[in-house]
Amino acid sequence: MSESHLSTATAHVHGHGEEDYLSCSSGWKSWAFTLDHKRIGVMYLVAILASFLAGGIMALLIRLELLLPGKFFLSEDQYNHMFTLHGAIMTFLFLIPSIPAALGNFMVPVMLGVKDVAFPRMNLASFYLWIGGAIFFLAAVILGGLDTGWTFYTPYSTTTNTSVITASLGVFILGFSSIFTGLNFLVTINMMRPAGMTWFRMPLFLWSLYATSIIQILATPVIGITGLLLIAERALGIGIFDPARGGDPVLFQHFFWFYSHPAVYIMILPAMGIISEMVSTFSRKPIFGYRFIAYSSIAIALLGFLVWGHHMFVSGQSPLAAMMFSALTFSVSIPSAIKVFNWLSTMYKGSVSLETPMCYTLSFIFLFGIGGLTGLFLGALATDVHLHDTYFVVAHFHYVMMGGTLIAFLGGLHYWWPKMFGKMYNENLARIACLIIFVGFNATFFPQFILGSRGMPRRYAKYDPEFQIFHQFSTFGALLLGAGLFLSAGVLLHSLLRGRRAPANPWGGSTLEWKCSSPPPHHNFDWPPVVTEPYHYDHIQYDPKEGGYVEVEEVAPDPDDAPLPVKH
Amino acid sequence: MMTSTMLSTLHAVWGQSSGETLVFPTQGSDFAPAIDWLFYAITAISAFFFAIIVGVMVYFVLRYRRRPGHDAQPSASHNTPLEIAWSVLPGFILLAIFAAGFLIFLDLRRVPEGAYEIKVTARKWSWAFEYPNGLVMEDLHVPADRPVRLLMSSMDVIHSLFVPAFRVKQDLVPGRYTEMWFRATGAGTHRLYCAEYCGQKHSTMVANVVVHEPADFEQWLRIETDKTNNLPPAELGALLYKRQGCAQCHAIDDNVQGKAGPSFAKTFGTQQRLTNGESVTIEENYLRRSILEPLAQIRAGFQPVMPTYQGRLRDNEIDALIAYIKSLNPEATPKE
Repeated sequence: MSESHLSTATAHVHGHGEEDYLSCSSGWKSWAFTLDHKRIGVMYLVAILASFLAGGIMALLIRLELLLPGKFFLSEDQYNHMFTLHGAIMTFLFLIPSIPAALGNFMVPVMLGVKDVAFPRMNLASFYLWIGGAIFFLAAVILGGLDTGWTFYTPYSTTTNTSVITASLGVFILGFSSIFTGLNFLVTINMMRPAGMTWFRMPLFLWSLYATSIIQILATPVIGITGLLLIAERALGIGIFDPARGGDPVLFQHFFWFYSHPAVYIMILPAMGIISEMVSTFSRKPIFGYRFIAYSSIAIALLGFLVWGHHMFVSGQSPLAAMMFSALTFSVSIPSAIKVFNWLSTMYKGSVSLETPMCYTLSFIFLFGIGGLTGLFLGALATDVHLHDTYFVVAHFHYVMMGGTLIAFLGGLHYWWPKMFGKMYNENLARIACLIIFVGFNATFFPQFILGSRGMPRRYAKYDPEFQIFHQFSTFGALLLGAGLFLSAGVLLHSLLRGRRAPANPWGGSTLEWKCSSPPPHHNFDWPPVVTEPYHYDHIQYDPKEGGYVEVEEVAPDPDDAPLPVKH
Repeated sequence: MMTSTMLSTLHAVWGQSSGETLVFPTQGSDFAPAIDWLFYAITAISAFFFAIIVGVMVYFVLRYRRRPGHDAQPSASHNTPLEIAWSVLPGFILLAIFAAGFLIFLDLRRVPEGAYEIKVTARKWSWAFEYPNGLVMEDLHVPADRPVRLLMSSMDVIHSLFVPAFRVKQDLVPGRYTEMWFRATGAGTHRLYCAEYCGQKHSTMVANVVVHEPADFEQWLRIETDKTNNLPPAELGALLYKRQGCAQCHAIDDNVQGKAGPSFAKTFGTQQRLTNGESVTIEENYLRRSILEPLAQIRAGFQPVMPTYQGRLRDNEIDALIAYIKSLNPEATPKE
């Protein structure tokens, strides 16, 4: 390829000559009142990472306390508060908003080639609702803490003297934040796709966020109502869940899981979307089985609503209900398996490079594989009776939530970091951090499967000495995991100060976000882009002068790559 | 001490003599072999697929790694028959796992006729196991080789009865009865845990399951029952203190570490402040009321968490407990 080709190619990058979104205005008001989805995304990113730090420190304290079978340094009350807050913060403040509200907010409009989401003010309101919810959580800690477990099961939660009402209001407010994000994405993706981007030419990350948004809008109101009913019972003495007042405590579990099981898919679907993007980019191959992956996201979103009863096999529900929920639970595992097979097939005959985001992608497939397969033990009725409420469950959902969502979030963060902040990080150190996280994660949670099948119940401040060796192993793993996470944080922060300037397209990605400069200009695109099939890489070539990839349109006489007539 | 703990742990991990394995405790009921079999079958299936997934992943990374002179080669971007195959075929395996789990589960739920019935009451944070003759124990004693049905309820929040050796678990829900059953195999002692988080001392809501040889069980039951009939009040009180779960929350010496309620030692006859600011003399009527209406007069510095024993203790048993508490303060002066 000749010099002239390259110069025409670089000229296609949007945003040269316009100031980027970070430097286009300054002062705290330009952030606090911004309507720019990118700045809102960055604020969300800072906020959820702060929550993750708080929840993570609590996790380390919990693991340290469990070094000894008896009391080490936390009283039983302190331990109970600690695991409750760890779960509540990680679920409501970190995992649920993590990928959609931080990375999604930044990337959805850019991947659609538009200037912003459909409702920018609602987007900002969503962020402030998150802040409001977080303040209520903080208030709950100050006003006596919370010791119900993040599940708020009645009648314990109606009788404990800790701050259940404050925390429930926090969940209620955070629910609105989540609904606002979901509604915004749904409308944005429906209405604002650029010319040429039919449903089946959408990047799969957008498909996964679309499916996620459906769940956010349909399921979140249920947790809001459940929280209000709980408050009504505590504050007004109305008997809904408390048997002493004629209520039914198990009803609460139905309500709670009717939201909280779909919420698991709010957490994991966007993660799967990120993995679909990264596995294609770093293999330089079109994603294998695009339609199956897209449909499986929707299938997971819908089937996810029908399996909540699998949290309640030993709660006293009828064997018939248990049978139905068990059967439906197995059906939801198929779409997840389809995705894994398709990701692997994408790598076939590809050109696989192990840059940091791809290392996280491989970690994800490994860890989510374990998380998904151990779900089979819990979906089967007979084995679940033994494993329910033991460390087996703890290990299983950490493999899914942390090995899945967190690892994909970290992968996505490393993938889009150059785009978001215009800086490259130290590739080798970031890869080492990924490896430490991977090893530390397995050392922490794999022993917990064995703890669980041996009968160690969860949420125990003290335990029988026979379990100690597994707990110790797990705690040392957690320290390693923490070290890896701090290292990766250090690597990313260091890049902001000292990092090399990022090119527009450092990885050779084919979706629209790589067509504007890094960081993107305030308005993302100079003119509305026209889109063809995603995930074609032949015309995207590495340019050593640029330090990144550029489009070389002349190289692609392949009819697949030619712009197709716009169809709607 | 550290070494002996380590040794006993290692023994627990590797000890094969009692039928336990690395992943499972002893098989203490005749459910255990079936459930363990299903567990191992799912493990084998999972390990097989996991090995394929990771194997293919590693192979592709090595085989197709980006390197000079290697670029992506064209290949199909989808293959509908292949994709339908790997969507549908695992479904049959899943169906088999589901069916096996469901069939064993039906056994867990179908209580045989003529099972020996024990009533279980859970409360924060102890268990009460009540035998057909009215005997109440803090540990569960059952005969081997005979189906035992537990009829269970909770006095306060949701608890869950879990015996890992039996591979059984069932929630106890206030306001209704739940049931479970098992047939223990062979004499021995197992652990019984509360598996549903129930508050401050959840992790101490632990009891033992003692399995007696069928021939010994009746004898054991008679001896324990006779104790309650023949003992002098203070000694009966000491027995009930253990059996009725008082010991979970009330110390009988100065060591109150980890106890939710006040110690019984040197209490009787003293003046104590209540949470409402008043003070009260600890005498017979106060104790009786505290047992029957625990939330009426709470000592300063304690939480209102004690369940009521209304209907759970006979009058002579309340008398015995009061006599026992009295005996724990030798300096007590008689009420004026």
